[in-house]
Amino acid sequence: MAILMKGNEAIAEAAIQAGCRLFCGYPITPSTEIPEYMAKKMKKAGGTYLQAESEVAAIYMVYGAGAAGARVMSGTSSPGFSLMQEGLSYLFAAEIPCVIADVMRGGPGLGGLGPTQADYFQLTKGGGHGDYHPIVLAPATVQEMIDLTKEAFDLADIYRNPVILAVDGILGQMMEPVEFPGTYKAKILPAKTWAADGCEGRPKNNVISYYLSSEAGEADNLRWGKKMAQMQAAEQRFAELSLDDAEYAFVAFGTSSRITETAIDMLRSEGVKVGLFRPISLWPFPVEGLQKRVPQIKGWMSIELSAGQMVQDVRLAVNGRAPVGFYGRQGGMIPEPEEIVAAFKTQILQGGVQR
Amino acid sequence: MKTVFAKTAGLTDRVTHYCPGCTHGIIHRLIGEILEEMEIIGKTVGVAPVGCAGFCENYFACDIIGAAHGRAVAVATGAKRAHPDRVVFTYQGDGDGASIGLAETVSAAARGEKLTSIFVNNAIYGMTGGQMAPTTLLGMKTATSPYGRDESMGYPLDLPKLLAQVRGAAYVASVSVDNPQAVREAKKALKKAFQVQLDGLGYSFVSILSTCPTNWGVTPVEALEWVRTKMKPYFALGELKVPAEEGGGEE
Ligand SMILES: Cc1ncc(C[n+]2csc(CCOP(=O)(O)OP(=O)(O)O)c2C)c(N)n1
Ligand code: SF4
Repeated sequence: MAILMKGNEAIAEAAIQAGCRLFCGYPITPSTEIPEYMAKKMKKAGGTYLQAESEVAAIYMVYGAGAAGARVMSGTSSPGFSLMQEGLSYLFAAEIPCVIADVMRGGPGLGGLGPTQADYFQLTKGGGHGDYHPIVLAPATVQEMIDLTKEAFDLADIYRNPVILAVDGILGQMMEPVEFPGTYKAKILPAKTWAADGCEGRPKNNVISYYLSSEAGEADNLRWGKKMAQMQAAEQRFAELSLDDAEYAFVAFGTSSRITETAIDMLRSEGVKVGLFRPISLWPFPVEGLQKRVPQIKGWMSIELSAGQMVQDVRLAVNGRAPVGFYGRQGGMIPEPEEIVAAFKTQILQGGVQR
Repeated sequence: MKTVFAKTAGLTDRVTHYCPGCTHGIIHRLIGEILEEMEIIGKTVGVAPVGCAGFCENYFACDIIGAAHGRAVAVATGAKRAHPDRVVFTYQGDGDGASIGLAETVSAAARGEKLTSIFVNNAIYGMTGGQMAPTTLLGMKTATSPYGRDESMGYPLDLPKLLAQVRGAAYVASVSVDNPQAVREAKKALKKAFQVQLDGLGYSFVSILSTCPTNWGVTPVEALEWVRTKMKPYFALGELKVPAEEGGGEE
C-alpha cells in the first residue's frame, strides 16, 4: 500500500529497514527531517540516534562505528558536507563502509536554504585530500530514495567504501506516494572479519589509514585504484527516457531531470526528437551508457542546479563528437521547462555551442 | 625458576619506535597491564591518535582504530555507541586532545560518553618536531615559539581542570610517571578510569605528564627533572573528580 512520505524521512526509514542502527548527525536545513526521524524511530528499532557537536565529529563517529563493524549513517546539507570532507578521505583510506546523505542547498558560503546540485564536484571528484572517490547515487523520486538508500548500505559493505546519496533540497522536502519495503532485494554480503570490535577468539584487527613508507603508500593507492576500477566497471547506473528515436539528448539527474522531462514533452510536441539520459550513479559516471548513444545524438545538453559541473563529465564522455550545451539556475532557483526549451533551441538547434 | 617479572600480555612483542627516555613507553606498559589484569584485552577497542602514539596499534594487543588528528574521542564515541558492551579507550597527545580535538573531548565529557581517554601531556608537539602545544609553558622555547612562549601566544591549558567542571565527566585524574611511586599512582588512576567505564558511570579521563627529551633538547634524566620542577607546579595533580558515590559529582 502506498503512503505519502517526505524524501528525507524516506531515506531515514529506508536506512532503518536496511539495518542501520546508529545515526550520528548535526541538524542543518534542508536535511533536518533525517535526524528528526531518526531521533523518533531509532530507539524503537533498538538503535541509537546520536547528536554530534559538529559535522566534523559526526563523520568521525560514523568512522568509529563503521570501523567497529556497525551499519551507520549520517545525513547533512552542503556546509555540513564540506566539514565532512577530511573524514570521507579517511573513511576511504581505512576502507570503512558507511552511508552519508547530502541534501544540497545553496552555496558557496552559508548560501541559502534553496535547493541546488552545486556539490557535484565535491561529491564526485573526492572532496577531501588524496586520490579517491566515494560511490555517489542520485535518486530522482522519493521511491527511488528508498531503494537507493537500501542499496547504498550493501554497496558500502561490498566495496568497503563510503557511499553518498546526492539529493537536492527539493527531493529532500518533497512528499510523494511511496511503497515499503521497495524494490531493492538485499544481497548476500561478506562477513566483516576485518572490523575492530574486540579480538576475543581471533587475531587482533587494526583499522588504520596511514603508511610509513612511500612504497607502501603507492601499493595502497594502486590497490584502491583497482577497487575504484572495479566499481567503475560494475556500478554505472542510469535511466533513459525517449532516447530510442532521439536525435538530441538532455543529461540531468535528481530534480532537474524531472523538470527536463516536461521540457522534453514540450519539444516533442513541436516535433523535435529529444530524450533524456539520467545518471543515477554520479560516480562512477555512466560513461558506457552515455557513449552507446553518442553515434545517434547530434547535440547534448546538461541541465543542472549549478553553474555547470556535471557538464564537464558529459563533455568527457561525448569526447568532441557532438556539441554539448548547458543550462542551469543557481542559488536555490529552479529552471522553468520553458527556459530549458529556449536554451536548447539557441544552443543546440541554432548551433550556439560548438563541440 | 620463578618468574618475577614478565612482559604483559596487553602489549605485543613489537619493539616501540619511541625515543630513549620518552615516557610514552611507560604509559603503554601501564595500559597493557591493566588490559591484562582486568581481563579485557579481547573486549577492548583502542583508538589511536595522530601524534607520536599514532602507531600504537602495533603495540597494544587489543583491536585498534586509527583516528584523524584530534578526532579520537569522536571515533571512540562511534565505536562505543555501536558496541556498548565493549571497553573503548583513546590514547592521545596534548595537541590531539586539547587543541585540534578540544571540542570532541569536552563534548564527549558533556555527553557522559562511557569511554576512557588517556591524555599524554608533554607540553609540545612531539611528532611534528617540537612545535608549540596548547600545554607549552610560558617562557618555554619550541620550534614555533623560538624566543619562548609569551602571553601573546596564550596560556597553557590545564585540560583536566576544565573537564572536572563538566557534569558528564565521572572521573578525572591528573598524574605523572616521573618516579616509581608516581608510576604506581598513575596505574591506580588508569585502572579506576577503566573501572568507571565498566561500571557505566560516564566519561573518564586521565592526564599523564610525560617527557619529550628529543624535542625539549635535554637528556632523559634532565627531562624527568623538568617534569618535576616545571610541569608539576603548573598543572593541577591528583584526582580532580571522582564518581558521585565517592562524594564527587554535582548532585
Ligand atoms: C589535520 C592535521 N593537522 C596537523 C597535522 C600534523 N600533526 C601531526 S601530529 C601533530 C601534533 C602532535 O602532538 P601531540 O598531539 O601533542 O602528540 P605527541 O606527538 O606530542 O605525542 C600535528 C600538528 C595532522 N596530521 N593533521
Ligand atoms: S619525539 Fe618526544 S614524544 Fe615523540 S617519541 Fe620522541 S621523546 Fe617521545
